[in-house]
Amino acid sequence: MQSMQGMQFAFGVVLMFMVMGLLIGIVALTLSSFIRPHNPTEQKLQIYECGEEPVGSPWMQFNNRFYTVALVFILFDVEVVFLFPWAVIFNDFIKQGLGAFIFAEMAVFVGILALGLVYAWAKGDLEWVRTRRFMKPAAARKGGVA
Amino acid sequence: MLTLILISLAKVVAILLVIILPLATLLTWVERKQSAVMQDRLGANRADILGLRVWGLFNIIADGIKSFSKEDWVPPFANRFLFNIAPFVGLFAAMVTFAVIPFGPPIHIAGQEIALQVADLNVGFLYILAFGSMGVYSVVLAGWSSNNKYAQLGAMRGISQMISYEVVLGLALVGVVLVHGSVRLPDIVAGQGEHWFGWIPKWGVFTQPLAFLLFLPAAIAETKRVPFDIPEGESEIIGYNLEYSGAKFALFLLGEFIEIVVLSALLATLFFGGWQVPWLADSGFVFGNGATVEMAPLVVTVLRIASFLLKVVFFCWLQLLIRWTLPRFRFDHLLRLGWREMLPLALLNVVVTAFVMLS
Repeated sequence: MQSMQGMQFAFGVVLMFMVMGLLIGIVALTLSSFIRPHNPTEQKLQIYECGEEPVGSPWMQFNNRFYTVALVFILFDVEVVFLFPWAVIFNDFIKQGLGAFIFAEMAVFVGILALGLVYAWAKGDLEWVRTRRFMKPAAARKGGVA
Repeated sequence: MLTLILISLAKVVAILLVIILPLATLLTWVERKQSAVMQDRLGANRADILGLRVWGLFNIIADGIKSFSKEDWVPPFANRFLFNIAPFVGLFAAMVTFAVIPFGPPIHIAGQEIALQVADLNVGFLYILAFGSMGVYSVVLAGWSSNNKYAQLGAMRGISQMISYEVVLGLALVGVVLVHGSVRLPDIVAGQGEHWFGWIPKWGVFTQPLAFLLFLPAAIAETKRVPFDIPEGESEIIGYNLEYSGAKFALFLLGEFIEIVVLSALLATLFFGGWQVPWLADSGFVFGNGATVEMAPLVVTVLRIASFLLKVVFFCWLQLLIRWTLPRFRFDHLLRLGWREMLPLALLNVVVTAFVMLS
Protein backbone atom coordinates (compact mmCIF):
# COMPACT_ATOMS: atom_id res chain seq x y z
CA MET A 1 0.00 0.00 0.00
CA GLN A 2 1.25 3.44 -0.81
CA SER A 3 1.03 6.53 1.27
CA MET A 4 -1.33 9.34 0.36
CA GLN A 5 1.61 11.55 -0.54
CA GLY A 6 3.10 8.88 -2.78
CA MET A 7 -0.21 8.63 -4.59
CA GLN A 8 -0.39 12.36 -5.17
CA PHE A 9 3.14 12.26 -6.50
CA ALA A 10 2.19 9.45 -8.88
CA PHE A 11 -0.67 11.54 -10.24
CA GLY A 12 1.73 14.43 -10.61
CA VAL A 13 3.95 12.23 -12.75
CA VAL A 14 0.94 11.28 -14.85
CA LEU A 15 0.25 14.98 -15.37
CA MET A 16 3.88 15.38 -16.45
CA PHE A 17 3.42 12.54 -18.92
CA MET A 18 0.26 14.16 -20.31
CA VAL A 19 1.98 17.52 -20.78
CA MET A 20 4.90 15.84 -22.57
CA GLY A 21 2.51 13.90 -24.77
CA LEU A 22 0.67 17.08 -25.77
CA LEU A 23 3.98 18.87 -26.35
CA ILE A 24 4.99 16.29 -28.97
CA GLY A 25 1.92 17.11 -31.04
CA ILE A 26 2.23 20.87 -30.53
CA VAL A 27 5.94 20.90 -31.44
CA ALA A 28 5.24 18.87 -34.58
CA LEU A 29 2.50 21.26 -35.73
CA THR A 30 4.59 24.35 -34.92
CA LEU A 31 7.58 23.02 -36.84
CA SER A 32 5.39 22.23 -39.79
CA SER A 33 3.87 25.73 -39.75
CA PHE A 34 7.28 27.17 -40.69
CA ILE A 35 7.66 25.15 -43.86
CA ARG A 36 4.16 24.46 -45.12
CA PRO A 37 2.62 26.56 -47.92
CA HIS A 38 -0.71 28.35 -47.65
CA ASN A 39 -2.62 29.09 -50.82
CA PRO A 40 -6.35 28.38 -50.67
CA THR A 41 -8.17 28.32 -54.00
CA GLU A 42 -11.86 28.27 -54.73
CA GLN A 43 -11.89 24.55 -55.50
CA LYS A 44 -10.08 23.70 -52.29
CA LEU A 45 -12.54 25.67 -50.22
CA GLN A 46 -15.46 23.52 -51.28
CA ILE A 47 -16.79 20.69 -49.17
CA TYR A 48 -15.17 17.47 -50.34
CA GLU A 49 -17.62 15.14 -51.97
CA CYS A 50 -15.52 12.94 -54.25
CA GLY A 51 -14.99 15.76 -56.72
CA GLU A 52 -18.69 16.42 -57.28
CA GLU A 53 -20.48 19.66 -56.51
CA PRO A 54 -21.66 19.30 -52.91
CA VAL A 55 -25.38 18.59 -52.67
CA GLY A 56 -27.43 19.73 -49.71
CA SER A 57 -26.37 20.29 -46.13
CA PRO A 58 -24.13 17.87 -44.23
CA TRP A 59 -26.73 17.96 -41.46
CA MET A 60 -28.59 15.01 -42.87
CA GLN A 61 -30.80 12.59 -41.06
CA PHE A 62 -29.18 9.51 -39.71
CA ASN A 63 -30.49 6.19 -38.55
CA ASN A 64 -31.83 6.56 -35.02
CA ARG A 65 -30.66 3.03 -34.27
CA PHE A 66 -27.38 4.70 -33.35
CA TYR A 67 -29.26 6.30 -30.47
CA THR A 68 -30.58 2.96 -29.18
CA VAL A 69 -27.08 1.52 -29.23
CA ALA A 70 -25.87 4.48 -27.16
CA LEU A 71 -28.67 3.90 -24.64
CA VAL A 72 -27.84 0.22 -24.20
CA PHE A 73 -24.19 1.19 -23.92
CA ILE A 74 -24.85 3.48 -20.96
CA LEU A 75 -26.68 0.66 -19.19
CA PHE A 76 -23.75 -1.71 -19.50
CA ASP A 77 -20.98 0.79 -19.00
CA VAL A 78 -22.47 1.70 -15.64
CA GLU A 79 -22.65 -2.01 -14.86
CA VAL A 80 -18.93 -2.38 -15.58
CA VAL A 81 -18.18 0.56 -13.29
CA PHE A 82 -20.04 -1.18 -10.45
CA LEU A 83 -18.46 -4.55 -11.14
CA PHE A 84 -14.87 -3.36 -10.73
CA PRO A 85 -14.98 -2.58 -7.00
CA TRP A 86 -16.88 -5.81 -6.45
CA ALA A 87 -14.19 -7.79 -8.29
CA VAL A 88 -11.43 -6.24 -6.19
CA ILE A 89 -12.93 -7.22 -2.83
CA PHE A 90 -14.39 -10.57 -3.91
CA ASN A 91 -11.35 -12.51 -2.66
CA ASP A 92 -11.44 -10.83 0.75
CA PHE A 93 -15.07 -11.82 1.20
CA ILE A 94 -14.30 -15.45 0.29
CA LYS A 95 -11.60 -15.48 2.97
CA GLN A 96 -14.11 -14.24 5.54
CA GLY A 97 -16.51 -17.01 4.52
CA LEU A 98 -19.00 -14.57 2.96
CA GLY A 99 -18.26 -15.70 -0.59
CA ALA A 100 -21.68 -17.16 -1.34
CA PHE A 101 -23.39 -13.97 -0.10
CA ILE A 102 -21.38 -11.58 -2.27
CA PHE A 103 -21.63 -13.93 -5.24
CA ALA A 104 -25.41 -13.96 -4.96
CA GLU A 105 -25.46 -10.16 -4.69
CA MET A 106 -23.55 -9.87 -7.93
CA ALA A 107 -25.60 -12.58 -9.64
CA VAL A 108 -28.79 -10.61 -8.88
CA PHE A 109 -27.23 -7.39 -10.15
CA VAL A 110 -25.90 -8.93 -13.37
CA GLY A 111 -29.18 -10.85 -13.78
CA ILE A 112 -31.28 -7.68 -13.69
CA LEU A 113 -29.04 -6.06 -16.28
CA ALA A 114 -29.04 -9.21 -18.39
CA LEU A 115 -32.84 -8.87 -18.39
CA GLY A 116 -32.36 -5.46 -19.97
CA LEU A 117 -30.22 -7.06 -22.65
CA VAL A 118 -32.83 -9.74 -23.24
CA TYR A 119 -35.52 -7.05 -23.53
CA ALA A 120 -33.52 -5.05 -26.09
CA TRP A 121 -32.79 -8.29 -27.94
CA ALA A 122 -36.45 -9.34 -28.03
CA LYS A 123 -37.51 -5.89 -29.19
CA GLY A 124 -35.07 -6.27 -32.07
CA ASP A 125 -32.93 -3.31 -31.03
CA LEU A 126 -29.74 -5.32 -31.34
CA GLU A 127 -30.55 -6.01 -34.96
CA TRP A 128 -29.33 -3.43 -37.43
CA VAL A 129 -31.59 -4.52 -40.26
CA ARG A 130 -35.00 -4.89 -38.66
CA THR A 131 -37.43 -7.36 -40.08
CA ARG A 132 -40.94 -6.18 -40.83
CA ARG A 133 -42.23 -7.97 -37.74
CA PHE A 134 -40.66 -5.30 -35.52
CA MET A 135 -41.84 -2.34 -37.54
CA LYS A 136 -45.58 -2.76 -38.02
CA PRO A 137 -47.02 -5.91 -36.51
CA ALA A 138 -50.49 -5.43 -38.01
CA ALA A 139 -49.34 -4.81 -41.55
CA ALA A 140 -46.94 -7.71 -41.45
CA ARG A 141 -49.64 -10.13 -40.33
CA LYS A 142 -51.85 -9.18 -43.22
CA GLY A 143 -48.93 -9.65 -45.52
CA GLY A 144 -49.07 -5.98 -46.56
CA VAL A 145 -46.08 -3.78 -47.19
CA ALA A 146 -45.18 -1.69 -44.15
CA MET B 1 12.37 14.91 -3.53
CA LEU B 2 14.32 16.51 -6.35
CA THR B 3 15.95 13.21 -7.29
CA LEU B 4 12.50 11.60 -7.34
CA ILE B 5 11.21 14.25 -9.73
CA LEU B 6 14.29 13.94 -11.94
CA ILE B 7 13.96 10.14 -12.04
CA SER B 8 10.28 10.45 -12.97
CA LEU B 9 11.09 12.95 -15.69
CA ALA B 10 13.74 10.61 -17.06
CA LYS B 11 11.20 7.77 -17.11
CA VAL B 12 8.59 9.90 -18.90
CA VAL B 13 11.07 10.95 -21.57
CA ALA B 14 12.44 7.42 -21.91
CA ILE B 15 8.98 5.89 -22.39
CA LEU B 16 7.92 8.49 -24.93
CA LEU B 17 11.12 8.74 -26.92
CA VAL B 18 12.52 5.21 -26.57
CA ILE B 19 9.45 2.96 -26.60
CA ILE B 20 6.30 4.65 -27.91
CA LEU B 21 7.42 7.01 -30.67
CA PRO B 22 10.15 4.84 -32.27
CA LEU B 23 7.90 1.77 -32.20
CA ALA B 24 4.98 3.69 -33.67
CA THR B 25 7.02 5.26 -36.46
CA LEU B 26 8.80 2.00 -37.20
CA LEU B 27 5.39 0.34 -37.45
CA THR B 28 4.40 2.63 -40.34
CA TRP B 29 7.28 1.13 -42.28
CA VAL B 30 6.80 -2.42 -41.01
CA GLU B 31 3.15 -2.27 -42.03
CA ARG B 32 4.04 -1.36 -45.61
CA LYS B 33 6.66 -4.08 -45.76
CA GLN B 34 4.44 -6.67 -44.11
CA SER B 35 1.58 -6.00 -46.50
CA ALA B 36 4.01 -6.18 -49.41
CA VAL B 37 5.33 -9.54 -48.26
CA MET B 38 1.81 -10.87 -47.85
CA GLN B 39 0.77 -9.64 -51.28
CA ASP B 40 3.96 -10.83 -52.98
CA ARG B 41 5.35 -7.44 -53.94
CA LEU B 42 8.29 -5.30 -52.90
CA GLY B 43 6.73 -2.52 -50.84
CA ALA B 44 8.47 0.65 -49.75
CA ASN B 45 11.98 0.64 -51.24
CA ARG B 46 12.44 3.87 -53.18
CA ALA B 47 13.79 6.34 -50.63
CA ASP B 48 17.57 6.37 -50.53
CA ILE B 49 20.27 8.52 -48.96
CA LEU B 50 23.48 8.60 -51.04
CA GLY B 51 22.47 5.43 -52.80
CA LEU B 52 21.88 3.64 -49.51
CA ARG B 53 18.43 2.08 -49.33
CA VAL B 54 18.31 -0.16 -46.22
CA TRP B 55 15.12 -1.91 -47.42
CA GLY B 56 13.32 1.39 -47.71
CA LEU B 57 13.80 2.29 -44.08
CA PHE B 58 14.37 5.92 -45.09
CA ASN B 59 10.78 5.99 -46.30
CA ILE B 60 9.86 6.84 -42.70
CA ILE B 61 11.86 10.05 -42.93
CA ALA B 62 10.50 10.83 -46.38
CA ASP B 63 6.92 10.30 -45.18
CA GLY B 64 7.53 12.58 -42.22
CA ILE B 65 9.00 15.38 -44.30
CA LYS B 66 6.21 15.06 -46.83
CA SER B 67 3.35 15.25 -44.37
CA PHE B 68 4.88 18.13 -42.46
CA SER B 69 5.53 20.24 -45.55
CA LYS B 70 1.96 19.87 -46.83
CA GLU B 71 -0.51 22.69 -46.59
CA ASP B 72 -2.48 22.59 -43.36
CA TRP B 73 -5.94 23.26 -44.65
CA VAL B 74 -8.70 24.18 -42.24
CA PRO B 75 -12.03 24.15 -44.05
CA PRO B 76 -13.83 27.52 -43.84
CA PHE B 77 -17.09 25.70 -43.15
CA ALA B 78 -15.67 23.80 -40.18
CA ASN B 79 -15.82 24.58 -36.49
CA ARG B 80 -12.23 25.79 -36.23
CA PHE B 81 -11.55 25.14 -32.56
CA LEU B 82 -12.95 21.62 -32.42
CA PHE B 83 -11.41 20.81 -35.79
CA ASN B 84 -7.98 21.76 -34.48
CA ILE B 85 -8.11 19.91 -31.18
CA ALA B 86 -9.55 16.62 -32.50
CA PRO B 87 -6.23 15.06 -33.64
CA PHE B 88 -4.63 16.04 -30.33
CA VAL B 89 -7.34 14.30 -28.37
CA GLY B 90 -6.74 11.08 -30.28
CA LEU B 91 -2.97 11.19 -29.90
CA PHE B 92 -3.26 12.17 -26.24
CA ALA B 93 -5.73 9.43 -25.31
CA ALA B 94 -3.59 6.76 -26.95
CA MET B 95 -0.30 7.91 -25.52
CA VAL B 96 -1.31 8.67 -21.94
CA THR B 97 -2.53 5.11 -21.33
CA PHE B 98 1.07 3.93 -21.36
CA ALA B 99 1.82 5.81 -18.13
CA VAL B 100 0.63 2.99 -15.85
CA ILE B 101 2.08 0.00 -17.71
CA PRO B 102 5.04 -1.56 -15.88
CA PHE B 103 7.78 -2.43 -18.36
CA GLY B 104 10.20 -4.07 -15.96
CA PRO B 105 10.68 -5.21 -12.34
CA PRO B 106 11.66 -2.60 -9.72
CA ILE B 107 15.40 -1.97 -9.83
CA HIS B 108 17.71 -0.83 -7.04
CA ILE B 109 20.22 1.90 -7.71
CA ALA B 110 22.21 3.51 -4.89
CA GLY B 111 19.87 2.18 -2.23
CA GLN B 112 16.77 3.55 -3.92
CA GLU B 113 14.05 1.39 -5.36
CA ILE B 114 12.97 2.59 -8.76
CA ALA B 115 9.82 1.13 -10.29
CA LEU B 116 10.14 0.66 -14.04
CA GLN B 117 6.79 2.27 -14.63
CA VAL B 118 5.99 5.91 -15.19
CA ALA B 119 3.39 6.16 -12.42
CA ASP B 120 2.37 3.43 -10.01
CA LEU B 121 -1.31 4.31 -9.66
CA ASN B 122 -3.40 2.07 -7.41
CA VAL B 123 -6.30 2.60 -9.82
CA GLY B 124 -4.28 1.61 -12.88
CA PHE B 125 -7.11 -0.33 -14.47
CA LEU B 126 -9.69 2.43 -14.17
CA TYR B 127 -7.14 4.87 -15.54
CA ILE B 128 -6.64 2.70 -18.62
CA LEU B 129 -10.38 2.33 -19.19
CA ALA B 130 -10.96 6.05 -18.67
CA PHE B 131 -8.35 7.18 -21.15
CA GLY B 132 -9.01 4.32 -23.52
CA SER B 133 -12.59 5.53 -23.89
CA MET B 134 -11.42 9.09 -24.51
CA GLY B 135 -10.41 8.00 -28.00
CA VAL B 136 -14.05 8.18 -29.05
CA TYR B 137 -14.05 11.97 -28.53
CA SER B 138 -11.40 12.36 -31.18
CA VAL B 139 -13.70 10.62 -33.67
CA VAL B 140 -16.76 12.62 -32.63
CA LEU B 141 -15.01 15.98 -32.70
CA ALA B 142 -13.29 15.32 -36.02
CA GLY B 143 -16.43 14.08 -37.73
CA TRP B 144 -18.78 16.68 -36.32
CA SER B 145 -16.57 19.73 -36.75
CA SER B 146 -15.64 18.87 -40.34
CA ASN B 147 -19.16 19.72 -41.48
CA ASN B 148 -19.02 17.11 -44.21
CA LYS B 149 -21.44 14.28 -44.98
CA TYR B 150 -18.86 11.53 -45.19
CA ALA B 151 -17.11 12.69 -42.04
CA GLN B 152 -20.44 12.76 -40.20
CA LEU B 153 -21.29 9.26 -41.33
CA GLY B 154 -17.86 7.99 -40.36
CA ALA B 155 -18.15 9.59 -36.95
CA MET B 156 -21.59 8.08 -36.30
CA ARG B 157 -20.35 4.64 -37.22
CA GLY B 158 -17.19 5.18 -35.19
CA ILE B 159 -19.10 6.13 -32.04
CA SER B 160 -21.45 3.18 -32.34
CA GLN B 161 -18.62 0.73 -32.88
CA MET B 162 -16.32 2.06 -30.19
CA ILE B 163 -18.92 2.25 -27.44
CA SER B 164 -20.28 -1.20 -28.30
CA TYR B 165 -16.90 -2.83 -27.95
CA GLU B 166 -15.89 -0.76 -24.96
CA VAL B 167 -18.51 -2.61 -22.91
CA VAL B 168 -17.06 -5.98 -23.92
CA LEU B 169 -13.56 -4.69 -23.20
CA GLY B 170 -14.52 -3.59 -19.71
CA LEU B 171 -16.37 -6.79 -18.87
CA ALA B 172 -13.47 -8.96 -20.09
CA LEU B 173 -11.17 -7.04 -17.76
CA VAL B 174 -13.48 -7.63 -14.79
CA GLY B 175 -12.53 -11.32 -15.02
CA VAL B 176 -8.83 -10.44 -14.85
CA VAL B 177 -9.39 -8.22 -11.82
CA LEU B 178 -11.37 -11.02 -10.15
CA VAL B 179 -8.46 -13.43 -10.48
CA HIS B 180 -5.89 -11.04 -9.06
CA GLY B 181 -8.07 -9.10 -6.62
CA SER B 182 -6.39 -5.83 -7.50
CA VAL B 183 -6.64 -3.01 -10.02
CA ARG B 184 -2.97 -2.15 -9.62
CA LEU B 185 -0.97 -3.34 -12.63
CA PRO B 186 2.26 -4.32 -10.79
CA ASP B 187 0.15 -6.62 -8.57
CA ILE B 188 -1.35 -8.24 -11.64
CA VAL B 189 2.07 -8.78 -13.22
CA ALA B 190 3.46 -10.18 -9.96
CA GLY B 191 0.51 -12.57 -9.70
CA GLN B 192 1.37 -13.95 -13.11
CA GLY B 193 4.88 -14.90 -11.99
CA GLU B 194 3.66 -18.03 -10.20
CA HIS B 195 3.38 -21.48 -11.76
CA TRP B 196 1.07 -24.46 -11.66
CA PHE B 197 2.96 -27.69 -10.91
CA GLY B 198 6.15 -25.66 -11.31
CA TRP B 199 5.79 -25.70 -15.08
CA ILE B 200 2.76 -23.86 -16.42
CA PRO B 201 3.01 -20.10 -15.80
CA LYS B 202 -0.14 -18.54 -14.32
CA TRP B 203 -0.43 -16.11 -17.22
CA GLY B 204 -3.74 -14.37 -17.83
CA VAL B 205 -4.18 -16.26 -21.08
CA PHE B 206 -4.32 -19.50 -19.07
CA THR B 207 -6.31 -18.23 -16.08
CA GLN B 208 -8.72 -16.22 -18.23
CA PRO B 209 -8.68 -17.73 -21.74
CA LEU B 210 -12.18 -16.50 -22.63
CA ALA B 211 -11.39 -12.98 -21.43
CA PHE B 212 -8.35 -12.97 -23.71
CA LEU B 213 -10.36 -14.13 -26.70
CA LEU B 214 -12.91 -11.37 -26.04
CA PHE B 215 -10.35 -8.69 -25.24
CA LEU B 216 -8.30 -9.07 -28.43
CA PRO B 217 -11.07 -8.40 -31.00
CA ALA B 218 -12.71 -5.77 -28.79
CA ALA B 219 -9.43 -3.92 -28.47
CA ILE B 220 -8.77 -4.11 -32.20
CA ALA B 221 -12.26 -2.65 -32.71
CA GLU B 222 -11.23 0.23 -30.45
CA THR B 223 -8.25 0.96 -32.67
CA LYS B 224 -10.60 1.15 -35.68
CA ARG B 225 -8.39 -0.96 -37.93
CA VAL B 226 -9.31 -3.70 -40.38
CA PRO B 227 -11.46 -5.81 -39.90
CA PHE B 228 -13.17 -3.15 -37.78
CA ASP B 229 -12.39 -0.17 -40.00
CA ILE B 230 -15.98 0.76 -40.78
CA PRO B 231 -15.56 4.34 -39.43
CA GLU B 232 -12.81 4.86 -42.00
CA GLY B 233 -13.76 2.46 -44.76
CA GLU B 234 -11.33 3.90 -47.29
CA SER B 235 -13.19 2.47 -50.25
CA GLU B 236 -16.70 3.68 -49.41
CA ILE B 237 -16.80 6.68 -47.10
CA ILE B 238 -13.41 8.16 -46.48
CA GLY B 239 -14.01 8.47 -42.80
CA TYR B 240 -14.21 10.92 -39.96
CA ASN B 241 -10.79 12.42 -40.74
CA LEU B 242 -11.44 13.13 -44.40
CA GLU B 243 -11.15 16.93 -44.27
CA TYR B 244 -7.78 16.75 -42.53
CA SER B 245 -4.54 17.31 -44.34
CA GLY B 246 -0.81 17.57 -43.74
CA ALA B 247 0.51 17.52 -40.21
CA LYS B 248 -2.88 17.04 -38.55
CA PHE B 249 -3.66 14.01 -40.64
CA ALA B 250 -0.22 12.69 -39.71
CA LEU B 251 -1.14 13.15 -36.05
CA PHE B 252 -4.24 11.02 -36.57
CA LEU B 253 -2.13 8.29 -38.14
CA LEU B 254 0.50 8.54 -35.43
CA GLY B 255 -2.26 8.22 -32.84
CA GLU B 256 -3.48 5.07 -34.54
CA PHE B 257 -0.05 3.48 -34.52
CA ILE B 258 0.52 4.48 -30.91
CA GLU B 259 -2.77 2.77 -30.11
CA ILE B 260 -1.34 -0.42 -31.61
CA VAL B 261 1.74 -0.20 -29.42
CA VAL B 262 -0.29 0.54 -26.28
CA LEU B 263 -2.71 -2.25 -27.01
CA SER B 264 0.18 -4.69 -27.47
CA ALA B 265 1.65 -3.57 -24.17
CA LEU B 266 -1.73 -4.08 -22.50
CA LEU B 267 -2.12 -7.56 -23.96
CA ALA B 268 1.38 -8.47 -22.79
CA THR B 269 0.76 -7.07 -19.31
CA LEU B 270 -2.66 -8.51 -18.65
CA PHE B 271 -2.55 -11.83 -20.45
CA PHE B 272 1.07 -12.74 -21.07
CA GLY B 273 2.79 -12.03 -17.79
CA GLY B 274 4.07 -8.52 -18.50
CA TRP B 275 7.80 -8.54 -17.88
CA GLN B 276 7.75 -12.07 -16.40
CA VAL B 277 9.80 -14.75 -18.07
CA PRO B 278 8.50 -18.31 -17.45
CA TRP B 279 10.40 -20.06 -14.63
CA LEU B 280 12.62 -17.01 -14.06
CA ALA B 281 12.68 -16.07 -10.37
CA ASP B 282 14.71 -13.24 -8.81
CA SER B 283 17.71 -15.54 -8.34
CA GLY B 284 17.67 -17.18 -11.78
CA PHE B 285 15.78 -19.94 -13.52
CA VAL B 286 13.89 -22.36 -11.25
CA PHE B 287 12.37 -25.27 -13.18
CA GLY B 288 9.56 -27.56 -12.13
CA ASN B 289 11.85 -30.56 -11.61
CA GLY B 290 13.97 -28.63 -9.12
CA ALA B 291 16.79 -27.74 -11.49
CA THR B 292 18.05 -24.19 -11.06
CA VAL B 293 20.30 -21.88 -13.03
CA GLU B 294 21.87 -19.12 -10.95
CA MET B 295 21.99 -15.69 -12.53
CA ALA B 296 23.20 -12.24 -11.54
CA PRO B 297 20.37 -9.81 -10.64
CA LEU B 298 21.37 -7.49 -13.48
CA VAL B 299 21.03 -10.28 -16.05
CA VAL B 300 17.62 -11.19 -14.64
CA THR B 301 16.42 -7.59 -14.91
CA VAL B 302 17.69 -7.22 -18.46
CA LEU B 303 16.06 -10.52 -19.45
CA ARG B 304 12.74 -9.36 -18.01
CA ILE B 305 12.73 -5.99 -19.74
CA ALA B 306 13.72 -7.72 -22.98
CA SER B 307 10.88 -10.20 -22.57
CA PHE B 308 8.38 -7.35 -22.17
CA LEU B 309 9.63 -5.58 -25.28
CA LEU B 310 9.65 -8.83 -27.21
CA LYS B 311 6.01 -9.50 -26.29
CA VAL B 312 5.02 -5.98 -27.30
CA VAL B 313 6.75 -6.32 -30.66
CA PHE B 314 5.14 -9.70 -31.20
CA PHE B 315 1.63 -8.37 -30.60
CA CYS B 316 2.26 -5.37 -32.84
CA TRP B 317 3.22 -7.82 -35.56
CA LEU B 318 0.17 -9.99 -34.86
CA GLN B 319 -2.10 -6.97 -35.29
CA LEU B 320 -0.50 -6.11 -38.62
CA LEU B 321 -0.99 -9.70 -39.70
CA ILE B 322 -4.68 -9.56 -38.77
CA ARG B 323 -5.09 -6.22 -40.50
CA TRP B 324 -3.80 -7.56 -43.83
CA THR B 325 -5.57 -10.92 -43.62
CA LEU B 326 -9.22 -10.25 -42.85
CA PRO B 327 -11.83 -8.36 -44.88
CA ARG B 328 -13.94 -5.57 -43.42
CA PHE B 329 -17.01 -6.42 -41.35
CA ARG B 330 -20.43 -5.30 -42.45
CA PHE B 331 -22.02 -2.90 -39.99
CA ASP B 332 -24.91 -5.14 -38.96
CA HIS B 333 -22.48 -8.04 -38.50
CA LEU B 334 -20.31 -5.84 -36.36
CA LEU B 335 -23.11 -4.87 -34.01
CA ARG B 336 -24.40 -8.42 -33.84
CA LEU B 337 -20.96 -9.73 -32.96
CA GLY B 338 -20.54 -7.10 -30.28
CA TRP B 339 -23.93 -7.12 -28.59
CA ARG B 340 -25.34 -10.55 -29.23
CA GLU B 341 -22.29 -12.78 -29.14
CA MET B 342 -19.42 -11.15 -27.29
CA LEU B 343 -21.41 -9.34 -24.59
CA PRO B 344 -23.31 -12.43 -23.30
CA LEU B 345 -20.04 -14.37 -23.37
CA ALA B 346 -18.32 -11.64 -21.38
CA LEU B 347 -21.11 -11.66 -18.78
CA LEU B 348 -20.87 -15.43 -18.62
CA ASN B 349 -17.12 -15.19 -18.15
CA VAL B 350 -17.54 -12.95 -15.11
CA VAL B 351 -20.13 -15.21 -13.49
CA VAL B 352 -18.22 -18.42 -14.21
CA THR B 353 -14.93 -16.97 -12.98
CA ALA B 354 -16.57 -15.87 -9.74
CA PHE B 355 -18.23 -19.25 -9.34
CA VAL B 356 -14.95 -21.14 -9.88
CA MET B 357 -13.20 -18.93 -7.35
CA LEU B 358 -16.00 -19.53 -4.87
CA SER B 359 -15.87 -23.30 -5.07
